[in-house]
Amino acid sequence: MKAEQAPRQFFGHGLPYADIEDLKGTLITIEGTDGVGRSTQVRLLKEWLEVQGYGVIETGWTRSELMSETIGAAKAGHNLNQLTFSLLYATDFADRLEKIVIPALRSGFVVLADRYIFTAYARSVVRGADPAWIRSVFGFALVPNMTLYLKIGVDELIPRVLHSRGIDYWEAGMDMHIGIDLFESFRRYQWRLIREYNKMSREFGFVSVNASRSIDEIQGRIRRKVQALLQERKTQALTENLETLRPLLFDEEPRPQGRVETAAPAPISGVLQT
Amino acid sequence: MTSAAGSSGRTLLPGRLIVVEGIDGSGKTTQIKLLHKWLEAQGQQVFFTEWNSSALVRQATRRGKRKNLLTPTTFSLLHATDFADRLTYHIIPYLKAGMTVLADRYVYTAFARDIARGVDARWVKDLYAFAMKPDVAFYFKVPLDVAVDRITSAREKIKFYEAGMDLGLSPDPVESFRLFQGRVLEEYGRMAAAHSFQVIDGTRSIDSQQQKVREIVARLFDKRRLTEAG
Repeated sequence: MKAEQAPRQFFGHGLPYADIEDLKGTLITIEGTDGVGRSTQVRLLKEWLEVQGYGVIETGWTRSELMSETIGAAKAGHNLNQLTFSLLYATDFADRLEKIVIPALRSGFVVLADRYIFTAYARSVVRGADPAWIRSVFGFALVPNMTLYLKIGVDELIPRVLHSRGIDYWEAGMDMHIGIDLFESFRRYQWRLIREYNKMSREFGFVSVNASRSIDEIQGRIRRKVQALLQERKTQALTENLETLRPLLFDEEPRPQGRVETAAPAPISGVLQT
Repeated sequence: MTSAAGSSGRTLLPGRLIVVEGIDGSGKTTQIKLLHKWLEAQGQQVFFTEWNSSALVRQATRRGKRKNLLTPTTFSLLHATDFADRLTYHIIPYLKAGMTVLADRYVYTAFARDIARGVDARWVKDLYAFAMKPDVAFYFKVPLDVAVDRITSAREKIKFYEAGMDLGLSPDPVESFRLFQGRVLEEYGRMAAAHSFQVIDGTRSIDSQQQKVREIVARLFDKRRLTEAG
């Protein structure tokens, strides 16, 4: 069984009170370091999926109703340490997971998460957190169906960030006091982050996309990967429906109305040939 | 508890950490205040810190509570963030300076309440792996009825989350409080031996409880003095 088809599950000790048995939707996460172009790609992907008729819900790092203001204020105040930094992110993540992601998956949406727990892992680990600890904290996270990884080297990243919006205090890891020079700090901090992402890419089986290509080329590859995943999910759902129908189809006993028509949301394009 | 997440080992913290635990209405706050007075009268440098009091997540906690936004997991994580912030700013520096820190509630409150709310017990214990073990943890043990009587007679209204109303145990706040605190009490009972709580009978008179507390704290100071001298 491939990773994308794995039954819905948590990374670690999950949410005992949450029902995740019947999550029909698909969770796709997009990872990559600061300024690599994640949000552009998410926006394009969302549009494309919607044109095909998929319901799409987007969720982004630190955007929770509960925590976004608090995280903004804490970052502005520069009084966070590695522990509180990680825990604020975890709280934001939990709020979005329980209030947005899980309900959307239950209703059959495609959920696009701009950054996922891997961002928290990378940022915490480069700040000196115990990797086992940060992973256990995020144990309640759902295993996504696919993680797209926008991969870039730090030397290609720098001009891109300088051209778009310049270097930000936190994106330069200035809180780590690597050095007083913003540029140097950015370079070193991002190099460390990218190294963590690359390590995780192997460990967690990210779908890696070369982010030094043009926006269109990147989007093209993302769409092919997502298309294949969604096809697979449909086949899977259909097979499951057939399995539940089998005894009804081949038994003599009178049976209740079939629910095959209603169970699977109508595929929009690239319909299955089977 | 381990000292994961990079927190310092106790050898670097010459101060003493004394914590009080117990359900709402167990009388622990009264006792810690009396202990505080006594320690100061003895010439000790004392710093007091209480549960859920850091500025970092105050706004989020208020918002979450006011709008009933909190789930067992976000409730737990907000408290862990609050605790981590206080540990950094209000506990560790004082212990490093050799002072005595008195904490009204510690990680055991999180364990008891969060497990009673339904989070995974292993998860919440791992979450607080960055906390150091206190020198003494007093547990003020009272039967549920005593606590409920004390709280209902002392307050006009029991708060939503305090009564565990988020769990939907009962629409009646007093009944919900009773059921929820009953669960919390069970969790405390389970932890008492494993975490070597100093159990104080919270139904006894205030001064006799305090006497017991002071005896235990005095022994702690003597022991430290002896090891330091030797």
